[in-house]
Amino acid sequence: MDPDTDIGGAQQRFPQTNQSAIVRARSNDEEVRQRAFATILESYWKPVYKYVRLKWQADNEDAKDLTQGFFANAFEKNHFASYDASKASFQTFLRTCLDGFVANERKAGKRLKRGGDHEHFSLDFVSAADEFALHPAAPNANPEEYFHREWVRWMFMLALEALRAQCRQTGKGIYFELFQRYDLDEEETVSYASLGQEFGIEPGVVNNYLAAARRDFRRIVLEKLREITATEEEFRNEARSLLGVEVK
Amino acid sequence: MKWLSDDRINHLRELTVNPDFSATKYRVKSELARGGMGTVYLATDTELNRDVAIKVLNSPDLTTDLHERMIREAQIVARLEHPGIVPVHDVGVLPDGRVFYAMKYVRGKRLDEYTAETDSLRDRLRKFQAACDAVAFAHAHGVIHRDLKPQNIMIGSFGEVLVLDWGVAKILRKHESASEADTLLLPGKSKSNHKPGDTTDGTIIGTRDYMSPEQARGEIDRLDERSDVYSLGAVLYFLLTDRAPVAATRPRTVNPKVSKAAEAICLKAMSADADARYATAADLSRDVGQLLDAEPVSAYRESVFEKAARWAGKNRFLILLVLAYLVMRIILIFTSRS
Repeated sequence: MDPDTDIGGAQQRFPQTNQSAIVRARSNDEEVRQRAFATILESYWKPVYKYVRLKWQADNEDAKDLTQGFFANAFEKNHFASYDASKASFQTFLRTCLDGFVANERKAGKRLKRGGDHEHFSLDFVSAADEFALHPAAPNANPEEYFHREWVRWMFMLALEALRAQCRQTGKGIYFELFQRYDLDEEETVSYASLGQEFGIEPGVVNNYLAAARRDFRRIVLEKLREITATEEEFRNEARSLLGVEVK
Repeated sequence: MKWLSDDRINHLRELTVNPDFSATKYRVKSELARGGMGTVYLATDTELNRDVAIKVLNSPDLTTDLHERMIREAQIVARLEHPGIVPVHDVGVLPDGRVFYAMKYVRGKRLDEYTAETDSLRDRLRKFQAACDAVAFAHAHGVIHRDLKPQNIMIGSFGEVLVLDWGVAKILRKHESASEADTLLLPGKSKSNHKPGDTTDGTIIGTRDYMSPEQARGEIDRLDERSDVYSLGAVLYFLLTDRAPVAATRPRTVNPKVSKAAEAICLKAMSADADARYATAADLSRDVGQLLDAEPVSAYRESVFEKAARWAGKNRFLILLVLAYLVMRIILIFTSRS
């Protein structure tokens, strides 16, 4: 087997992708653009906050204002619509825009006033600040690598939240509970048998439920990634960096 | 959602990427190769306590067509029972929804790796002939490979030659009976005229350097055994020159040590016109065998001098014996006179 083998050819018979938020950010329809922006904001605000704190040595309040200000400015001026997938990944583009924004703010000597010029987004900065304090970056950490690592972490956290919500909505809360106990809990090592006993089901059923939860988790991660990539190539590149492998 | 440590992220990455073999008799040891459709893992069959290679579909999130294509591949390979084709032991669906099939684990080198270590053209040609025989067997059973290249030919530790990766193989219509077509459909799936794994005209499948012109043009309906013959010719070109075929460059231009007969076999197999190629891989194998035995090959008309040179090369020992006899006689004549 060789990766050089082409399957699909000129007609590219690959599955259709969900339309990405990056593409929708260029829409003329204000409502569509707002929804796209909300997706981008949700996917990036926490890595942006942490990156600003690390690279720009911003304190909590400053980083909160800069994060709010950056996204408000990007939305207002429709910056994300100018992204060109052939030049860099969206993540790199966003980080470059962010650096430019913070540099300008600092240069102009502006101190963004909390609740002032920029529109406020409802973001859980308390958890972001706690995470930054409790799990600090390594000394001399490369800010770009740190941003990427925190983005990966955030993507997985969002996917887990979505999985939890989906399991709850479909009456399969036990799937997520088992997944949480077996795959997420770091403090306790459990077996299928002990989980089966605890939840009153056979170990084989534990296996089936876990397999379903893992399958859904994988699907959600890839769906989220598709939402925030503009092209098939970018999706594959980001999947490679997120998951460490080729995803076809 | 609780903060995730780097350890948990790595664990989730593995969950997302690695197939879930927990409910099977297989335990994965390592990844062997990753391709467009699937990934091959080295695993242990815990019931029989032996190593197997398991090909698993890359993602369970793709269309059903790919699942069916994979099962179709397993079924095609399973019906080709030949020492040059890796036997399939098992096929199924993992708990995470991915289709897999288990096959014999071949320890050895790919033909391109083997070539890098083997200068002897004779040894290379023997391996090539064995690969042709395996392909000829598949052709005799109505299956064309469609992706023959050095990377898909394996040389086992005992010198055995195996043709791998039948992922884009096709059953030729003329060999496909209604009952065979039925067996290639998954239970529960509707029987349509377009079977999983089928491709339509305009779709390009294969590897550019090694695919026939008609395959490169996406003329799927026109592909037959001769398309594989072209690819085998391209593999032969690689074995003769240590490089993938270059358009309009004859093997002897790249490597002057290549004989005219060997070049002629290569060029006949790689003819742009399918009608001018060997009709089957068996014909190609026969000509390579003739070349190895220093017999005339169908692809090349020799001059009298070349015939004599070939005869001399083949009967070198006899000629030396006769010469030795003649020298002895001359010596004896002179010594008896003096």
